[in-house]
Amino acid sequence: MTTPRHDETPSARPDASEVVLAARNVAKNFGAVRALKGVNFDVHRGQVTTLFGENGAGKSTLMKILSGVQRPSSGELILDGRPLELSSTVDAQRNGISIIHQELSLAPNMNVRDNIFLGREIMGKSGVDYAEEERQTRALMRELEEDIDPLTPVEDLRLGQQQIVEIARALSVNSRILIMDEPTSALSASEVEVLFKVIRDLKARGVSIVYISHHLEEALTITDHAVVLRDGVMTAYAPRAEIDLEWIVRNMVGENFDLGQPPTGYAMGTPALELRGVSVPGAAGGMAVNRIDLSVKAGEIVCIYGLMGAGRTELMECAAGRLPRAEGQILLHGRDIDELSIAQRIAAGLVLVPEDRQRDGLVQTMTVGRNLSLASIGNFTRGLFTRSADERAIIDRAIREVTVKTDGPDAPIGSLSGGNQQKVVIGKMIATKPSVMLLDEPSRGIDIGAKAEVFRILSDHARAGMAVVYTTSEVGECLSIAHRVIVMRRGRISAEFTADATKEAIMAASGESLVA
Amino acid sequence: MSDRTTDATAQAAPKQGLNLLHLLLEGRAFFALIAIIAIFSFLSPNYLTASNALTMTSQVAIFGLLAIGMLLVILSGGIDLSVGSTLALCGVFAGWLMQGVELQSLGVILYLPVWAVVVCALAMGAFVGAVNGILVAFLKVPAFVATLGTLYMARGAALLMTNGLTFNRLSGDPSLGNTGFEWLGFNRLWGVPISIFVLAATALAAHLLLTRAPFGRWLYSTGGNARAAELSGVPVRSVQVWVYVLSGICAAIAGLVLSSQLTSAGPTAGTTYELTAIAAVVVGGASLMGGRGTIRGTLLGAFVIVYLGAGLVIIGVSSYWQTVFTGAVIVLAVMLNSIQYGGKGFKL
Repeated sequence: MTTPRHDETPSARPDASEVVLAARNVAKNFGAVRALKGVNFDVHRGQVTTLFGENGAGKSTLMKILSGVQRPSSGELILDGRPLELSSTVDAQRNGISIIHQELSLAPNMNVRDNIFLGREIMGKSGVDYAEEERQTRALMRELEEDIDPLTPVEDLRLGQQQIVEIARALSVNSRILIMDEPTSALSASEVEVLFKVIRDLKARGVSIVYISHHLEEALTITDHAVVLRDGVMTAYAPRAEIDLEWIVRNMVGENFDLGQPPTGYAMGTPALELRGVSVPGAAGGMAVNRIDLSVKAGEIVCIYGLMGAGRTELMECAAGRLPRAEGQILLHGRDIDELSIAQRIAAGLVLVPEDRQRDGLVQTMTVGRNLSLASIGNFTRGLFTRSADERAIIDRAIREVTVKTDGPDAPIGSLSGGNQQKVVIGKMIATKPSVMLLDEPSRGIDIGAKAEVFRILSDHARAGMAVVYTTSEVGECLSIAHRVIVMRRGRISAEFTADATKEAIMAASGESLVA
Repeated sequence: MSDRTTDATAQAAPKQGLNLLHLLLEGRAFFALIAIIAIFSFLSPNYLTASNALTMTSQVAIFGLLAIGMLLVILSGGIDLSVGSTLALCGVFAGWLMQGVELQSLGVILYLPVWAVVVCALAMGAFVGAVNGILVAFLKVPAFVATLGTLYMARGAALLMTNGLTFNRLSGDPSLGNTGFEWLGFNRLWGVPISIFVLAATALAAHLLLTRAPFGRWLYSTGGNARAAELSGVPVRSVQVWVYVLSGICAAIAGLVLSSQLTSAGPTAGTTYELTAIAAVVVGGASLMGGRGTIRGTLLGAFVIVYLGAGLVIIGVSSYWQTVFTGAVIVLAVMLNSIQYGGKGFKL
């Protein structure tokens, strides 16, 4: 083991010659949710610092604070040894800090040149100097070894090329500190190589890079320092020379991570949900889900693990009736449900708890109670009208059953914390008394206590005979209540594990630890 | 209950100071109406006489009927620009039927009884609404554009039916048994114009639909978040079609009431009424984003706009100024709406 060139322990006064940008005791709260709980973070001058952590660990929040998108609730940023207040991304750019977002922030209708110079057009004598912009764009593209014409509309580019344009834009402002949030998720292997070469060139020019990636091995090949976040707390930091893959996984996932065990002591029933050769077309052409076979018994809990874009969401939404399928058969208790609408599938006992609760799960304009009763209106309708006493009974039972912490059924849904909002979405579906429940990333963006409660609720219902299928991109959650773990990769099932599998094996099967 | 937190008590303290402000904000349309009535009664002794109040209120009936239909559409997250034209088309259609329909192949002129004329006019309104609804819900045409198109088409159809003229003989002929069309606009029950009863009945039905029937719940959730509603089993598309159909029917009722009040049916009736209806809905506190709004608020909004306009006429303010005032009221209402709805709702 080599001696670190620099003491990695974040000190109150960072060494300004080593550390270009530092965060000290940075905390960020969103309402009742504490996304960051006092984090210290150093960006090393002219080096790559990689931030590791699972979804919801607070990585993106920390990056948003470093790049001026959000302000910290408390704590401070130190740039070159001096305190720094960032009021906006423009302010951050003025200080030499740029961010490349995970979700591309390009205007698809405009061409590459105009996107790169958006908001800081080069002015000539008579308006915008397009020729100069084009010349600079060509120079950037040459530097990135990417043959993209500056006049191509961004929407005509492949996703990987769009990512390159995004990187070119960040380079064009001469950033000293470049934050890359999952820059390789859409890139092909050769494009990743080019990106890494660019990163090495940037390092040679003294640019400091903050790197975030789910591809752990890939990140290890480029990084100089590793920092691990878990549940809004920094759990470990070390220079590259001292660490390996196993160290990262151990610190990311944590060891005492008890989300329950698979419920036992009862007999599972007949197959409740069967998928036979199901394919779902993807939004960008091709198949998002490719001939999947899956059978889930009554009382069984199945976890589907996979990276973003593995086809989990498409599979779930297809089963629930939201997306059309290209081929295959979906059987509910042996009955083909192809012809059924979403409402009819709910009536038949098949429900989906969607991935994005703000976008697909909750009606923000309605109260907690009305959100809870939304899927079971028919159960408290007598004749033409709804009966408020019956509705109240359903709502009260749901609040009790999924333990929603609320001021009461009439509280606005926005007053709840993320975990409680998620419980409302689950409670709404449980109120329809389903026999098969699909949950797409039920633990996304909720804290560990709420996660455990959600898993307890699912476990209890499985014991009572409900079939449960949930997806996750956090490997620790695979090995909790699930009887079986299915790993999806690029639309196919790449492996299947029982409850005693190891985290490393599951991650390997998903392609997470391999270079794409 | 044990599983509810004690946050209620913790949050109650800061709310107290805001209570009065909150009450004023919540009931703004009501307080605006009270203020309008008080100010104009003070300025003119003729404003709050029983007869003037009834005249103003029967004017409210037309806009109120349109606004109720408009509210349903706006709650779903859409907008219906075609109601003014639909009003004219249905009025003209009713007038055309009252003149007698000549069936040339049979060589007879068919005079429908008044109740059948009413049913046909309502069906015409429902038809225009259904076209709007199908365009919006199934063909994914933005509501603004779809209903702008039907605004022109319905107006054009009304002009074609009359050749640009107005039908004047709507009273029917006792020998043909089709009298009674003016009953809607002219007759009074206990001294109150029938049109006001029509408005009240429609408002009550719509109120029950929104607050007590499953359809109301479907509608509020569709407007609040259509994706979530759909995943919860709400028939989002049929809800969208139905709100336009109901809006068309409301426009048809308004068209019948208006042509009955005027005893004539003109193809240019109701021009720009859709904007007044939208204004009433907005003044009544509904959100143009969908999902928020009540019948009570919308009715108050219709009263505010009509009573304000009539008051300005009575105290002799020029009609140009009335337009300016109405515009100012609408802008103010939208501003207050965004204050009320802006802060709430989104939180991680």
